[in-house]
Amino acid sequence: MRLKISSGRIIDPANNIDQTGGLFIDEGLIVGIGKSPKGFKAEQEIDATGQIVCPGLIDLCARLREPGEEHKATIASETTAAIASGITSICCPPDTIPVIDTPAVVELIFQHASNSQQSKVFPLGALTHGLKGKTLAEMDALKNAGCIGVSNAYAPIVDTEVLRRALEYATTCEITVHLYCEDDYLRNNGVVHEGPVSTRLGLPAIPETAETIAISRALLLVEQTGARVHFCRISTARSIELLAEAKTRGIDVTADVGIAHLHLTDMDISSFNTDCYVLPPLRSQRDKEGLRTGLANGTITAICSDHQPHESDAKSAPFSMTEPGASTIEMLLPLTLQLVRDKNLTLQQAIAALTSAPAKIAGLDTGNLSIGSRADICIFDPESSWMVETEALLSAGRNTPFASWEMTGKVTHTLVDGNIIYQL
Amino acid sequence: MTGNNIQLDDQGRLKHFLTIEGIDRSLLFEILDYAESFAAVSERAVKKIPLLRGITIANLFFEPSTRTRTTFELAAKRLSADVLNLNILSSATKKGETLSDTLQTLEAMHCDMFIIRHANSGAAHFIASKVAPHIRVINGGDGRHSHPTQAMLDMFTIRKHKPDFTKLKVAIIGDVLHSRVARSEIHALSILGVPEIRVIGPRTLIPADISSLGAHAYYDMNEGMKDVDVVMMLRLQRERMRSALLPSEHEYFKRYGLDEKKLALAKADAIVMHPGPINRGIEIESSIADSERSVILQQVSHGIAVRMAIMAMVMGNQPPENKTLEDKTTGSQSEETA
Repeated sequence: MRLKISSGRIIDPANNIDQTGGLFIDEGLIVGIGKSPKGFKAEQEIDATGQIVCPGLIDLCARLREPGEEHKATIASETTAAIASGITSICCPPDTIPVIDTPAVVELIFQHASNSQQSKVFPLGALTHGLKGKTLAEMDALKNAGCIGVSNAYAPIVDTEVLRRALEYATTCEITVHLYCEDDYLRNNGVVHEGPVSTRLGLPAIPETAETIAISRALLLVEQTGARVHFCRISTARSIELLAEAKTRGIDVTADVGIAHLHLTDMDISSFNTDCYVLPPLRSQRDKEGLRTGLANGTITAICSDHQPHESDAKSAPFSMTEPGASTIEMLLPLTLQLVRDKNLTLQQAIAALTSAPAKIAGLDTGNLSIGSRADICIFDPESSWMVETEALLSAGRNTPFASWEMTGKVTHTLVDGNIIYQL
Repeated sequence: MTGNNIQLDDQGRLKHFLTIEGIDRSLLFEILDYAESFAAVSERAVKKIPLLRGITIANLFFEPSTRTRTTFELAAKRLSADVLNLNILSSATKKGETLSDTLQTLEAMHCDMFIIRHANSGAAHFIASKVAPHIRVINGGDGRHSHPTQAMLDMFTIRKHKPDFTKLKVAIIGDVLHSRVARSEIHALSILGVPEIRVIGPRTLIPADISSLGAHAYYDMNEGMKDVDVVMMLRLQRERMRSALLPSEHEYFKRYGLDEKKLALAKADAIVMHPGPINRGIEIESSIADSERSVILQQVSHGIAVRMAIMAMVMGNQPPENKTLEDKTTGSQSEETA
């Protein structure tokens, strides 16, 4: 089908494009920007006047809860929420039940994703067998089955020898390792950032060093092994300094941050608000500002939703007995655009953090509007405001810390491979 | 934003009693004054007034406790309420029932008030946010967070000996990190206007940013004890010993145990307090615990009066303004004995 998206402001950070005009799609591929290709006759046209047209968003981390936790959410429910939020590709971590450590589980996820025909789903395979941190997972088989990287998710690798060998083996398989860095001993069953809030509420605390020591350990091993490592969910300002310093020494690593950590601090926990129980924990105001600065200066390149839908019972108990994680996928774009209004990022930077940067980290060929590339596209109205109402969320997870927040920026169309999958 | 207003109604009166934080000075004094009027009840031959007759109070103890549970029970009975003691450790939750289900079951039994003791910080807040609007919740201790009735009975005891809070130096000594008592005491002392609150203990047992609560940390007890008016000892859980937190009982007692020598650094008329149960020879030398300066047993008896006051207040009773409680309740008392 030939489709023309007319009069939108086309922003494509990968190609440094910011222009108003038409975007032309044929047979699921982008065939022209600005000028109509010769002989192109649109069968359908989307008027994008006053809207922004950008590559479909790529979310580096969202839990879809399938297989194993369908009482929380399903691939169908979460990809439906994602597509309405402009997200055309989702990477999902391997901590499903069973763990994504065999090609069979990868197959199952692909099959369910293709049945629901919403966003594309790209699983991360396990780094160690069963995520137990003891023996290596079959990374080559997982890669061949379609995993875009390997990860141990939240599960710690306590034994540094295992981490070293896992990184070496990943290098052998030429696969990216997505590392969540937390020292399990320093975590010590903590649930909130160590600081005035943990002291006031008497909640078990997670010190900053739980993250910075684990990052330091991993950085030294990256230096030794040359592994391709992506640091997931950075939460402290000190971590940004460590990563920046490593980069100046020529260590080639990437990093992302969850959207909640750019907007919330431990103060938001207030009186035991369990929707603010996330991992890594919400940190201090200084950390939040450090993360925003880290994004602006390129130490962190990608923003992800770190979406974790839960059933209501999971959040309905005394704070430390609840399950961590927040439902955030539907706020990813507007809360990223907020960073532009807050003058932390340019619009180009903000869109890059949701498109070209995560595409590069995940090794996807999407996240850009180059001629000949797949037409995964997000069209949004940057001025349209809406209020987060938990009952109106498309995600099965109503556990959002952003309830009643005013959002600015609303997706009007989402295209996957040139097909309009979502339309407001 | 404190978010603690869940415990106050529109008029700023106590609806639940969950934490000292966010309660203003006048309300704290109101509790202390009201408790004063109840203290006499315990000394009478008939230790009962009918203030909460017909009310059912459920003691929900998710964590073992003898002293707190017993004083709550006595306080409730002296107010003529019916008391249900539930040791939940050994019943429902072991069978897989969720906390919310347990609460709903008790609501269906028409309980009017829950006294909660729970190992997790925030448990009382959680329960108060879930119960039906007519049900009152009193926090009998949640995790490391709060133990507000203990703090109030401590304030009551301090006032008996040192009437002016604004002239006091108070030291809280021991395992502040794991102590809900210490947190509530710090809030109460600070709201009541105590100008100098010190916490004394090893670095491992003093939480990060304690100064944000208005207390100053001393790691050297000899330094911290100087000129204090009130010495509040904390209980040290035995499982903290021989961990990464403390090397031995011997070394702890040497540095932070209250002995005659260290007590001599405090003011000559300083009182010694402890929430109990005490570990003699670990936190406190026996001779001090039994000395005249120790008000430990007074704390226990004050606990009943203070808990009576708090229970009465959350059930909507206001302290009598002009007439004394005796006047107000004489009539009903004869009814009671009749």
